[in-house]
Amino acid sequence: MTVAVALGWAIDLLAVLLLALGLKGLAKVRSARSANGLAALAMGLAVLGLLIQSPLTPVAWLWIAIGTAIGGLAGLFIAQRVPMTAMPETVALFNGCGGMASLLVALGVALFQGVSGLVAAISIVVSVFVGAITFSGSLVAMGKLQGWIGTPGWTQGQVRHGLNIALAVVALVAAIALPVDPAGPSLWLLVTASTLLGIGVTLPIGGADMPVVISLLNSYSGVAAAAAGFVVASPLLIVAGAMVGAAGLILTQVMCTAMNRSLLNVLFGGALGGAGGGQVGGGGDEAGYSRITSCSAEECALALESAERVVFVPGYGLAVAQAQHTLRELAKLLEANGTEVSYAIHPVAGRMPGHMNVLLAEADVPYEQLVEMDSINPDFPRTDVVIVLGANDVVNPDAKTDSSSPLYGMPVLEVDRARQVFVVKRSLGAGYAGIRNGLFELPQTAMVFGDAKAVLQGLVGELRDLGVGKARAAA
Amino acid sequence: MSDLSQALWVLLLGSLLGFELIGKVPPTLHTPLMSGANAISGITVLASLTLILQAEGNTALLLLGSASLAFALFNVVGGFLVTDRMLAMFSRKPASPKSDSRRDS
Repeated sequence: MTVAVALGWAIDLLAVLLLALGLKGLAKVRSARSANGLAALAMGLAVLGLLIQSPLTPVAWLWIAIGTAIGGLAGLFIAQRVPMTAMPETVALFNGCGGMASLLVALGVALFQGVSGLVAAISIVVSVFVGAITFSGSLVAMGKLQGWIGTPGWTQGQVRHGLNIALAVVALVAAIALPVDPAGPSLWLLVTASTLLGIGVTLPIGGADMPVVISLLNSYSGVAAAAAGFVVASPLLIVAGAMVGAAGLILTQVMCTAMNRSLLNVLFGGALGGAGGGQVGGGGDEAGYSRITSCSAEECALALESAERVVFVPGYGLAVAQAQHTLRELAKLLEANGTEVSYAIHPVAGRMPGHMNVLLAEADVPYEQLVEMDSINPDFPRTDVVIVLGANDVVNPDAKTDSSSPLYGMPVLEVDRARQVFVVKRSLGAGYAGIRNGLFELPQTAMVFGDAKAVLQGLVGELRDLGVGKARAAA
Repeated sequence: MSDLSQALWVLLLGSLLGFELIGKVPPTLHTPLMSGANAISGITVLASLTLILQAEGNTALLLLGSASLAFALFNVVGGFLVTDRMLAMFSRKPASPKSDSRRDS
């Protein structure tokens, strides 16, 4: 028995080491994939270590097998079926389930094993509170990203702050009352208030800010895991939870910096633009723009045909329209025509940082054609044509020049220095930030109105009609 | 109390480790990293398993533990597989040495 315990400890230590190495490796391009495998291995080891240390009854085996079969198969199914564009909501779903797991553990302990001592009570309260918020918040985030849930008007008013504060107070009161009767009404009050709070906090936040929220909730799920570690007295769980909590916080901070927003603003500012609309409100306001030039796909195709250097700026709109494969097709045509093609990737392009890289990689875009902001900005003056696809704020020149713009100071792609810019957009509606974009009014800018995918298909058609890709090769 | 202080030390050191380990990440990897870290947070499986092991025939507790295990494993299995799917797309295309070293630094 002692041998088994010693072996279990050794395995636990190895698991922590591998988890840390895995997390470290995930931060580097070359090692990321093997690091992910390493972390998965560590997780397997951790489970093995636990099972070795404990005598297992057949009944326990049965219930473990049931839970494993259901959770494992569902995970397998979702992971293989989900499209790459739906990655943010998938992460949100997984994350919410992680929170739910911590919540259920704390519930089980509180209801059936009793709570002795202040520490145990605090662990259970944190586990329930954070677990429930993570669960309901993640599901709301997922619903918003999928378009199932909108942003109700009342959530933009000041009412929501009062409501959320009230919920937080209720949760606090329930938490303080919990040690008296752990299995009593205070527990259920805490569960309810926390769940509602998760909804109340997430619901007012606009769709484009969801990545920040998911990242933060990801951090919470780490905290929930660490709290569960306190509940069942597992150091391994505490370490892993704390690591994930820290990781989520850093990622959240990075995202906020790249969007030039503060976390407080994202959480409590509501959907940016407020009454102005933006993505959240649905309708954009077209007022405020003069000197807009719009053009057809045909004109755009002509410009592309004669260009020597083309840069694509893919954004949120491209991800929503799932147009990355069509974009790749267009790029291939241009390359066959002798055009130098690259993609300018803003750190927060797509629906979360790095999402655009994944989407373009899925469409077989060569990795070296994806150029990050700092590297590509000096190249814009010698670029003939820039095509902005569903990106807005990340190419707004006002961020550099107009100190009154809310975006002022945000690092942007300096596409305004290119010779010709085409902006593919559905309408003149504002970006998620609800901020006017001076780029649209520049003389070298032309708007191509339409859905990113439809416009790209149109461009491919026009270029084929022009004989691009065939004629030049033959000549 | 020494158990608690030990646990708090573990919490503190684990957090510091997390900050240090992922302090510098190229934006390319933010989504996979978020997904991978999320899978790791599914380590709550350990708590679920502990709950089942300590249930001693209490069916309600077994049920809760099993449900919790299912949720946590969904997070773990799905998270790691999805992360792998994403990362497979990067590794399929060999990066040029120059851009790679820049991203790694």
